[in-house]
Amino acid sequence: MSVQSENGRSAQPRGGGGRKRRREQPFDSYYGHPIVREATWESRDIAGYFFLGGLAGASSVLAAGAQLTGRPALARPLKLGAGGAIHLSLVALVHDLGRPARFLNMLRVFKPTSPMSVGVWVLFAYAPAATAAALGELAGTGELARRVRPLASAGTAGAALLGPAVASYTAALVATTATPAWHEGHREMPFVFVGSAASAAAGLGLLTAPVAQNGPAVRMAALGAAGELTAVKLLERRIGMVAETYHEGRAGKLMRTAEALTVTGVVGALALGRRSRFAAALSGAALLAASACARFGIFEAGLASARDPKYTVQPQRERLAAAARSDAKAQA
Amino acid sequence: MSAQPSAANGASALAPSGGACAGSDSLLGTLLEQGEPAGSSGWADHPPRKGFFTDTSLCIGCKACEVACKEWNQLPEDGLKWTGHSHDNTGGLSADSWRHVAFIEQRVAAAEHQPNFERAPAAGGEGKDGFRWLMSSDVCKHCTHAACLDVCPTGALFRTEFGTVVVQQDICNGCGYCVPACPYGVIDKREDDGRVFKCTLCYDRLGAGQEPACAKACPTDSIQFGELDELREHAAGRVEQLHERGVSEARLYGESPDDGVGGDGAFFLLLDEPEVYGLPPDPVATTRALPRTWRNVGIAAGALVAGAVASFAGARR
Repeated sequence: MSVQSENGRSAQPRGGGGRKRRREQPFDSYYGHPIVREATWESRDIAGYFFLGGLAGASSVLAAGAQLTGRPALARPLKLGAGGAIHLSLVALVHDLGRPARFLNMLRVFKPTSPMSVGVWVLFAYAPAATAAALGELAGTGELARRVRPLASAGTAGAALLGPAVASYTAALVATTATPAWHEGHREMPFVFVGSAASAAAGLGLLTAPVAQNGPAVRMAALGAAGELTAVKLLERRIGMVAETYHEGRAGKLMRTAEALTVTGVVGALALGRRSRFAAALSGAALLAASACARFGIFEAGLASARDPKYTVQPQRERLAAAARSDAKAQA
Repeated sequence: MSAQPSAANGASALAPSGGACAGSDSLLGTLLEQGEPAGSSGWADHPPRKGFFTDTSLCIGCKACEVACKEWNQLPEDGLKWTGHSHDNTGGLSADSWRHVAFIEQRVAAAEHQPNFERAPAAGGEGKDGFRWLMSSDVCKHCTHAACLDVCPTGALFRTEFGTVVVQQDICNGCGYCVPACPYGVIDKREDDGRVFKCTLCYDRLGAGQEPACAKACPTDSIQFGELDELREHAAGRVEQLHERGVSEARLYGESPDDGVGGDGAFFLLLDEPEVYGLPPDPVATTRALPRTWRNVGIAAGALVAGAVASFAGARR
């Protein structure tokens, strides 16, 4: 039966180069309506949290390393940064709830099938630890500091142990949605998020620590940025036509800015970060901004991919066609 | 998990969601179980799974289902507006519309069979000289592997003894995770309320031995309610019947327990590709990839620690 819909034909690709155009197959949609729903989260709250949570988690790891290797001037700002970032995060998370007064309902159950539930329990343990570590730094050097030292040390260790979980679980959170730009990239997303977190924490270290102690931050910046940029490229290759959403519109601008700032920050840190305090601080600020841009960019790409039904339909059509091909091959 | 009180009690307070390990059961349920989701969700004694079979070849687009649903569930008015999209002025499923009738106008070759209408008069010549109107009442699919339920961090979404998926409104805190998690884009947040809402398959009516309001109101039995096994059998027969009559494009959607969501509790007979009706062609429970995702999260977290160790081990000062 040959039919042609009167309603929303998304068959005509909008713009794009010749290569893209060939890859797009015509398909029908219901008046162009989205099929999956875009997240109702406020980008300021939730993308903001992805940045702050990543920054906090990775900073706690870096701070513990700095403390263990006798770099107090690097450890101090990282602990304070982690403590501050995680409290801002909690405020943002509660603020984004439709019923903020019911935030404690999160603690009714523990569900490994829900990355948000897992994350809540991780934060429930991490936030007090990061707070203790930060308060230890604020206690100064007198009698008070001596008294709180065991608690602060336990906090520093606990935050360092839980920090990697805080920095990485959010990748599972976004990937476990039907949002094409997030879900299709579920294999690479954890590495994108952790790389971004590492370069943000390194950025905070470079911004705040004296050059005499910022060596590890320079290395961490290079490792984190390399990991993040590689993971983003792999993700874009894996998700096929959905990768458009990372290149177009607001998301595209943010992702391009993030990449430019990351490269600038890493090159600056490697070239001048150990010599010039000013260059180190500038590189650190660039890396922090890069991480924030990347999180908001990924967030926006997800929303864009949910809005246009072609990003839902085409990958699923391709999957069905591939399954049919392999069935036919099995029968032959 | 303790035994649950059986059937005929619609009170949501009896739901198996309070247990601290609700999630681990549901993880196993998601990964292993097929068929009876009520049993795998902890209901020791439960009635057969209930569901909808929506036969769109019988739909006349009267929207009685939409009205009956709004009336019975006391859903707020959500805009009286003209969309210009055929007779569809509802737009889609939402927090305030739990049934939605889609209207699709298509040019077809008049010579071919038109199930809903008398054959359109041939305008002469060949090709798409005829017209057909597809109508379909959409609803929450009550998936066997329900991503919304899996990702709900409060336990507000739960599996009823009838195998359906329902939000406990006194628990939901409006985190919104279920909204992008649903592969069908069904569950939705009511903005002025903050919580999420969707079809309950009339949990209250089921508890009292009644059929859901939409099925009760449907004048052509396009919406059929019953035990899922019986509905599947009946639907297979209906497709065969339509094929014999020459409606070769009739196909079932969501009836197979082998699909990406383990089969829908509410499935459909369609007369065109799913995406024409605004349905995903190959939906997959978004939590199906979660074991692999968690593994990669673990590897990435380990890489962060390794990277930090390398940063300190290699630094001179």
